[in-house]
Amino acid sequence: MYDFQYHRPKSVADAVAALKKAADGKLIAGGQTLLPTLKMRLAQPTDLVDLSGVPELRGIKVEGNAVVIGAMAKHAEVSASAEVQKAIPALAMLASEIGDAQVRNMGTLGGSIANSDPAADYPAAIVGLNATIKTNERTIAADDFFKGIFTTALKEGEVIISVSFPVPEKAAYMKFDNPASRFAMVGVFVAKLAGGVRVAVTGAGPSVFRVKAMEEALAKDFSGKAVENIKVPTTGLNSDIHGSAEYRAHLVTVMAKRAADAAK
Amino acid sequence: MSVSVSMKVNGKTATGNVEPRTLLVQFIREHLGLTGTHVGCDTSQCGACVVHVDGKSIKSCTMLALRADGADVSTIEGLAKDGTLHPMQEAFREHHGLQCGFCTPGMVMSAIDLVKRHNYKLDEKTVRHGLEGNLCRCTGYHNIVKAVLAGAEAMQAKGV
Ligand SMILES: Cc1cc2nc3c(=O)[nH]c(=O)nc-3n(C[C@H](O)[C@H](O)[C@H](O)COP(=O)(O)OP(=O)(O)OC[C@H]3O[C@@H](n4cnc5c(N)ncnc54)[C@H](O)[C@@H]3O)c2cc1C
Ligand code: FES
Ligand code: FES
Repeated sequence: MYDFQYHRPKSVADAVAALKKAADGKLIAGGQTLLPTLKMRLAQPTDLVDLSGVPELRGIKVEGNAVVIGAMAKHAEVSASAEVQKAIPALAMLASEIGDAQVRNMGTLGGSIANSDPAADYPAAIVGLNATIKTNERTIAADDFFKGIFTTALKEGEVIISVSFPVPEKAAYMKFDNPASRFAMVGVFVAKLAGGVRVAVTGAGPSVFRVKAMEEALAKDFSGKAVENIKVPTTGLNSDIHGSAEYRAHLVTVMAKRAADAAK
Repeated sequence: MSVSVSMKVNGKTATGNVEPRTLLVQFIREHLGLTGTHVGCDTSQCGACVVHVDGKSIKSCTMLALRADGADVSTIEGLAKDGTLHPMQEAFREHHGLQCGFCTPGMVMSAIDLVKRHNYKLDEKTVRHGLEGNLCRCTGYHNIVKAVLAGAEAMQAKGV
């Protein structure tokens, strides 16, 4: 790692100020992605602003028909939360399957979505549940947040505060994981919400995407059978040592079918 | 530029001056001389560096020492009490849960967290799944799983 200056502010305002003052400042949440990146010297921030001391970013609460989760909520906290397990069991399950226990004790919701790894799990829940991302400047709708591989709508110096997940009628997440890293080869989140059905796919493309044909089919008949013959085009899908685009496209249908059958 | 850091390590106050980029594992091994915590991969994969920070198992190669400022850290060295091994350490010895021993400190620290997280109630599947973050190149895991199951019972019996 290159050297940097370290700050641990106690409020979002102080974190934003520290970022502004730095020549090239970067936020650090759980560090589970950022520290490996720094070790490989793929980035050279002058300052790291650690969010772990900011109470405003913590906590999980039910507000009306939504579960609001702070950006610094760890994967382990989301998976163990009685509120999340009750309101959105699919979300608790998704969090419980991220990486391993030690990664889940450090990695955070905010860090995961700000990073927008093509194989990350949370993006599927954000888009699948039509969540709203609250930052220090504005609120961003799920469909506008993920912009591509490792790219989001966040601006320089913008801090994610919390994410509001609408409580669905039913939902499920099915992931076919890479056995070494546990990242999603393909993960599909299906949800029946007051506003309609959503099907969000992670791992298969450069960024999370929705499958409209599956959403329409499930709106008529919410069952695995309804989607088992719907194929997604292979154009633009990831093709790497872990699997070809054709393989991933096939997995999208299989995982969608399993998720629709498992939804509760 | 170095900054001062202070934390509790195995119940004792440990202070030092570190560069901000110093990892917790470097502070533990190089500043405090507690070399029971190992570095296997340095890429957050293998779990040889697992310690507890405020009671939770984490990979100390993927945490800055400064993040642990003010925290309560336990390492493998802190487990045995008055020359008696912790029940989980004893179970690894008894069930031959190690060969070269490189992964063992991390395995034991992860296993103890796993036992507590599941309130002492473990089955084979939970253990295999729960130790996903710890790699062993020697044992084939079989005896590690046996050791953790036995260690969980012994921990409950002894109330630790
Ligand atoms: C061995 C291993 C296995 C893993 N397996 C999986 C897996 O199966 N599935 C999965 O989804 N992920 C997996 N991960 C990634 C893990 O989920 C991380 O938690 C996640 O990538 C980043 O979260 P973090 O809190 O550690 O963020 P950090 O690494 O601290 O930060 C990541 C990025 O987000 C930015 N950031 C952080 N917080 C905010 C905020 N509040 N506002 C704005 N920007 C912010 C940072 O500046 C940085 O650019 C794995 C990681 C490891 C090491
Ligand atoms: S040395 Fe930390 S996980 Fe391998
Ligand atoms: S005993 Fe050798 S690596 Fe596990």
